[in-house]
Parts: sequence; C-alpha cells; structure tokens
Amino acid sequence: MEKVLADRKLQILTKGVDGHDLSCSKKSLAGSVSQRACVFCGSRVVLYPIADALHLIHGPIGCAAYTWDIRGALSSGPEIHRLSFSTDLREKHVIFGGEKQLYAALSELIDKYKPNAAFVYSTCIVGVIGDDIEAICRKVTREKGIDVIPVNAPGFSGTKKDGYAAACDALLALIGTSDVDEKIPGSINILGDFNLAGELWMLEEYYKKSGVKVLSTLTGDGRVEKIRNAHRAQLNVVQCSGSMTKLAKEMERKYGIPYMRVSYFGIEDMSDALYDVASFFKDEGMMLKSRSLVRDEIAKLLPALAPYKQKLQGKKAIIYVGGAFKAISLIKALRLIGMTTAVVGSQTGNKDDYALMRELSDEGTIIVDDASPNELASFAFETGSDLFIGGVKERPIAYKLGLGFCDHNHERKLALAGYEGMLNFAKEVYASVQSPVWQFINNR
Amino acid sequence: MKDLIPDTSTIKKTQEHFASTRNACKLCAPLGASIVYKGIKGCIPLIHGSQGCSTYIRRYLISHYKEPVDIASTNFSEEATVFGGGKNFTVGMANVISQYKPEMVGISTTCLSETIGEDLPQLLHEFKKSYPNNDLPVLVHASTPSYQGSHIDGFHTTVNAVVKTIAKGGMPQDHLNLFPGFVSTQDLRNLKKLMDDFGLAYRMIPDYSETLDNPTWKEYTRIPAGGVSVNEIASSGTATASIEFGTILGQGLLTGNMDKNAKAPSAGKYLEDTFSVKNHRMRMPVGIKATDQFIDILKKYAGVEVPEELTKERGRLIDALVDGHKYVFGKKAIVYGEEDFVVGLVAFLEEIGIDTVICATGGESRRLKPEIDAVKTDPEKEILCLEGADFEDIAEIAGEYKPDIVIGHSKGYHVSRPLKIPLVRVGFPIHDRVGGQRLQHLFYTGAQDLFDRITNAIIEHTQDNSPVGYKYM
Repeated sequence: MEKVLADRKLQILTKGVDGHDLSCSKKSLAGSVSQRACVFCGSRVVLYPIADALHLIHGPIGCAAYTWDIRGALSSGPEIHRLSFSTDLREKHVIFGGEKQLYAALSELIDKYKPNAAFVYSTCIVGVIGDDIEAICRKVTREKGIDVIPVNAPGFSGTKKDGYAAACDALLALIGTSDVDEKIPGSINILGDFNLAGELWMLEEYYKKSGVKVLSTLTGDGRVEKIRNAHRAQLNVVQCSGSMTKLAKEMERKYGIPYMRVSYFGIEDMSDALYDVASFFKDEGMMLKSRSLVRDEIAKLLPALAPYKQKLQGKKAIIYVGGAFKAISLIKALRLIGMTTAVVGSQTGNKDDYALMRELSDEGTIIVDDASPNELASFAFETGSDLFIGGVKERPIAYKLGLGFCDHNHERKLALAGYEGMLNFAKEVYASVQSPVWQFINNR
Repeated sequence: MKDLIPDTSTIKKTQEHFASTRNACKLCAPLGASIVYKGIKGCIPLIHGSQGCSTYIRRYLISHYKEPVDIASTNFSEEATVFGGGKNFTVGMANVISQYKPEMVGISTTCLSETIGEDLPQLLHEFKKSYPNNDLPVLVHASTPSYQGSHIDGFHTTVNAVVKTIAKGGMPQDHLNLFPGFVSTQDLRNLKKLMDDFGLAYRMIPDYSETLDNPTWKEYTRIPAGGVSVNEIASSGTATASIEFGTILGQGLLTGNMDKNAKAPSAGKYLEDTFSVKNHRMRMPVGIKATDQFIDILKKYAGVEVPEELTKERGRLIDALVDGHKYVFGKKAIVYGEEDFVVGLVAFLEEIGIDTVICATGGESRRLKPEIDAVKTDPEKEILCLEGADFEDIAEIAGEYKPDIVIGHSKGYHVSRPLKIPLVRVGFPIHDRVGGQRLQHLFYTGAQDLFDRITNAIIEHTQDNSPVGYKYM
C-alpha cells in the first residue's frame, strides 16, 4: 500500500492481519483528495428534505449552485426544498458585510414562496466577515411570523459530521414548538430517512400495517408543522445514526423520548426495525402484525431473489459509503445475495461503528476510514473485486477500472430500503455485475 | 407586474427584481479554474480553501464528464481560518507532490482563502524555499474568489495565469496558439483535427480533450494521460499568432469585484502585449459564418487551400440545412449559458431561421446585448437579453414568449418541463444524459449536430403531440 499517505495508515486495517483499532473522526489531511464534503454540506443534506421550508444559503454562489436539487428526496406536497436560494455575495459584501443583502433576500423570498419556516445556512466567508445572522433571523421572524432559523455551518469549522450537528440544532429549534405537548400512544418519529425515491412511504406503510403510528418523519418528506409536534412521539427510530444520534439524544434529554438505532437495508435489519419497535411498545398485537408482515414479505422476496443470488454467488464487493451503519447493513445484504465484502469503509464512521464492522466482516476484509480515490482504486485491484457500492464520486473510479457499480448514496433515484428495496438492490447489482460490457475491459 | 416588452437594458429585467439568486445560471470561479488545470499535462489542481469546495466541484464535474476528477484541497480548518492557511498550504503541497508526482500543481483560491487575505505569492515563495530538491513541479496560482465573476471568469483568469506564469519569449516559431475557451472535449478534439488537416502546429490551452474523456484504464492513473505540456505552454510566447474564441472574453466586466472596471483577463491579449504575438479574437465558431471566418484564418497561416474533406463537410451541412429548413423556420427559442457560448448559439440560430426570444446568462459582463445585436440579421428583431439571470427569472417569464424550444445545459429542464417543450442539451453541465462530453458545438460538424438535434427535437415534439402519428415526413 505505497499509495497510502503515511499519516493515514491507522485509518486502514485488514481483519485478521492488523491489530490496531481503526483511527477515525479525523480531519482530512491537507493536500489529500478526500471523498468527504464540508460542514455546510452536512447540514444542508440533513435539512434538505424539509419540503415546505425555505433553505437560503448565505454566501457566494457556489455552495447553493452545487446543491440545487441534488438529492432524490421526494415530497408528497410542496417542493420548495428543490429550489436553490443564495444571497450570492460579492466582494462589496465581503468588505462591508452581507447583513443587508441577507435581510433583503430573506424578506423577498418569504413573501414570494410563502414557506412555513426558513433555514439560513452560513457558509465559509460568513463565518469570517462576522455577519450577525442570528439577529437578522430574529428580526425576520418577528416581521414575517414564521420561524427563521440560523444554521451555523461555515465549511471550515469541522467535518461533515459537525454539519449534521448544526442541522440537529436547527431541528431542535423547531421541535416542541406546537401548542400541544400530550404524548400520542403507540407513536414513533422516523429520524434519518430522507425519502429517497419514496423509501419513507414504504416504511410508513410497513409500520402502519404493524399498527405503529408514524408521527413525524424527521426529515424525509418533512413538514414544519410535523416537526413542531415531534416531541409528542413515544419513541425515536433512528437510521443514518451518524447524522441523527445527536438529535435523538437531545430529544431524550429534553422530552424523555427514548431512541433506538435501526437500518432499513436488507431483510434482517428491516425486520429487526419492525420487531424492535413492537418490542419497545410491549404490544402483542403489534408484534403479531409485524411477524405476519415480515413473513409475507419474505415469502415473496426470497424466491424473487433466488435467481440473482445464483448468478452473483462468490462475487466480491467494495463498500464505501458516507455512513458506517449503512455499510454494516450492506455487508449483510450482500451476503443475502451470495456476495462477499472485500473492502468496507465510510466517510464518517466512529469507533463503535468500525468495531462492529470488524466483527461482522470476514477474515481478510479491509476496513477503511475516509479513503481517497487512489486508495479505493488500489483496493479494487488488490482484491479483484467485481462490484463497487458507493456514491457518485466513486462511480467513475469503479467504471474506469472495469468494476460494476451500485449507487447507494443520497442522490440515487432507486428505492433500496425495505423488502422491495432489497429486491431492487439485487437487480441493480445484478444488472451491473452481469453486464456483457465488461468483456471489453482488457485488464480483467 | 412591470412592463415586459424587451428594451435596451442589458441587465436582469423581469417582473420583479430579486436581491437573491434563485436556481443559479452560473457556477463559482474555482470550478472554471479546475477545468483549465485538468487540461494541462501532468497537472493536479489544488484548491486552497475548505474541503467542500473541492468535493462539490469534483462531484459536479464527474456527473458531466463521467470521469474520475481528482482535485486536491488544503482542507482549511478553524485554526487555519483564524491564523492563516500557511501551514495547511505547505503540508498540502508536500502531500500532493509526494502522492501525485505532478509536473505542475495548479492552485486556485476560494472565497475563504481570499477573504482571510492569504498571500499566495508569498506562500509559494516560502514553499519553494523550503523544498529540499530542485525537482519541484511548476506551480501556478490563479486568484479565483467565488464572490467575483462566475465559473467562466475563473476559467479565463486561470488560462491567463497559466500563460503568464509559464510563457517565455524568444525567436518566433512556426506555431499558433489556440485559446478555445470552455467547450466540450469533442469540440477540442475536432479543433485539433482541423489543425492537423491544415498541417498547422499549435499549442491549445487548455487541452482537456483526453484528460476529461479517457478510455478505460489498465491501472489506476493518478493523473490521466493527455493535456498540453508545460513546455508547449512555455513556447506560446514565441507563436506566430493566437486565436481566441469569444468576443466577451477579455472585454466583459468582472462583476462582483470592487473595482468597477475590473475585467477577466485574456491570455491572447497578454501574449500580444508582452511578446507581440498577434491575437485574433473571434466569436465562438458556432454555425457557418463564424466557422468560415475561422477557416479563413487557418488558411492564411497554413498557406494551403481548404482541405477537400472540409469543403465537403460544409457542403453536406448546407445540404442538411436546406432539407430541414421548414421544420425550424420561425420557431422561438430560449437560449442560456455562458455569454460567449450564448452569442455563438444565437448567431447560429439566426442562420437557420429560429428566432431567439430570450437569451440569458448568469454572467454580468455588460457585453451580452451589444454582442447579440452584432449577430442579429434584422436589427429590428427583439431579443430579450438577460444578464445576471437565474433559472427562476427565466422560468417566470418564459411562457409569455411562447417558446417552442429551450437550448442550453441540463439545468434548463427546470424551464422546459413546465412548458412541455423540448430541451436540446448543449454545453455544460449535462447531468441528466450520457454523452455530454461528446456533444459537439463548434465548426461545421458541430453545426451539423446542433441542426440535426434541434430539428429532430422539434419534429419529435410535433409527432408526439399529433393525434395521427405520421411515420413519414
């Protein structure tokens, strides 16, 4: 692995070979080409699916332009979230301050688009020029009668994870602001599902069939009013733990709502997500309904998966995704279709995540934190893998080197969660791995 | 609602004036810089700023080019922002050089590093001093804060920085400099072929025709093959002449800069002023007339007749225009994108009888309207020119102009979809189709492709909406 920068050695290990714990949560090295983004990005993607809110990015144009309609987070109603708003700061604002510009932009956009709340994201230079965003937000809140919430997210001020935290702070400013506080029996909030390709609607349907009330969906298909009421749920069900655990902990502290971590990818994890909720409520009826749902779904799914499993048996995959919890689910989902995981990594995993990954992996699996394109490519060669699971930035590396690819990031347009999602996943993997085009790649 | 009749104003003119930008029709300057650096052999781009800038730009480029795009970052932290990014810069440079072993590092600044007042020349000087060996790669720095100009200004600023840093004078040589501007990889390949057909030696800056459109690899390549070499750039100072595509390039204002007269510089002009290399600045050769003009220049320098194959290409193009002219005549188009490209497209539409009703750009050069006026065949014709426009501005007024077709990059789908009219995808970015990098716009072949695609889009739209569904034209 001569391709690895010396300082990064502790962020990579091979199970069964290396003894050290994986080092993680480190700032990326200067001069590296990381697959990570910034604090702003972290906050923007978490709040993105709140569809009836205005999302105004206070800074020069880039940050807003690169995040316009970037995710496949669907809304069942308003779609203000799919627009890109920027204060488009110029040099004069950098010198004399951008507060007036921010005030004008906020006021006109609220008048025009009539959102139910507004989020104002501060970007790098706003953190430097010292605009008092909070004061402007307070002023506009008074004038327009909607909550205008600052999201403190200068890109340099940490990692993408810090952006998640900033988004959680912004959500906390809304949660619990409805007039009623009384708890709703048998109700949950779904945290950390972004309703990509309508996944959340599938999950809501599963929970409904199990007799669980989904109160608020933070953040997929999000609505301001529902978020205000989120404190009335009895349980928070948290996916994408990297972004949402902080919020769950804070809601537990403030409103006494316990939380559990789940994943909706793959049969095992999806079913556990239903059973765990039923167990939490100690409701026999709920458990019976969940069991019957799982039974029905698996009875349909397994025969449907069989032909794919047969073709994919023994193929090897590299997993490199944003969140570690998803990576863990993917190891299991791959096993279900006969595949093994040669390399697994994430951008933002923590110590516990990596320990669990290690436990789940086969001997010889390489585990990596915050990988560069260079490293990912050399892993692909060393392991002779057939498939890469990642996001848009990894796709061309995989293709250039003749590997199949499955987009498992938040920009995908294919539902991969739940039982239907598992079948979609198998089809997607199959379509890429079994394509005849690889015969023309001359390095295989 | 205010008066919507087009007037002489060159600035954003919609029913409401917005302080904010809504669905921008532009990108930030470091993106343009990164593309230029990708077009130099053995060069790794490095953005001096936060990590997000590099990641966002990579992600944006990857979706268009479908290629790995490595752009390093100095990954500013809180500490770097408060105490200066000198340490990040030095460490970052050392890491990039040891990992990529580049022939050149192309550095661009961001709004952050510019705002905290990073002194790049000083940092470069200190880095060079501290570097133990003499085999340091060439280091070029372009100042590209995103609060002034747009991605196209970042592009031109960087071309200029590259030439200014590397070009050397000397005995005049027998080659031409080409500054094609921001065009597709296929356009660049077509341009190179044209030069070869005329037997002309050239230095094309930048040349990302291969680096951003590579075959599959046998092994991981840190820096993809291709690009104009540092030595070739050095000899741009001894060229016979330069040809630069774009009439707004070097003339338009660099809006956002405190200096009201600031302009994004032109490398052709720099070489002319410094080394007396004659500069031919011309409209982007989209369509027949501008291509003819370009071919005339080549003919002059090559001292040969136009190659027969090229004459045939032109002939076939004209034949095709005749075959299809009725389908497009009098149709109304909305065109948007980078200013020089928009001017080229409008000029071409004038050649085939399509009326541009709105031409829009996110740029604010103050030059769009005069340049559009210059290509209009009928001076009385009204074309609404929107500078500093965004896609909400365009979408809000588009319907009133009853357009038949929208011509521009993928993001205009926001405009065409609600109107249920076709979008012919051209330029950058093409994020929702394959083959964006292979689209051709320039020269006779480009005009041929554009004509076919525009005409067929109009025919298909008519056909799909016809109750009969004819199978013969």
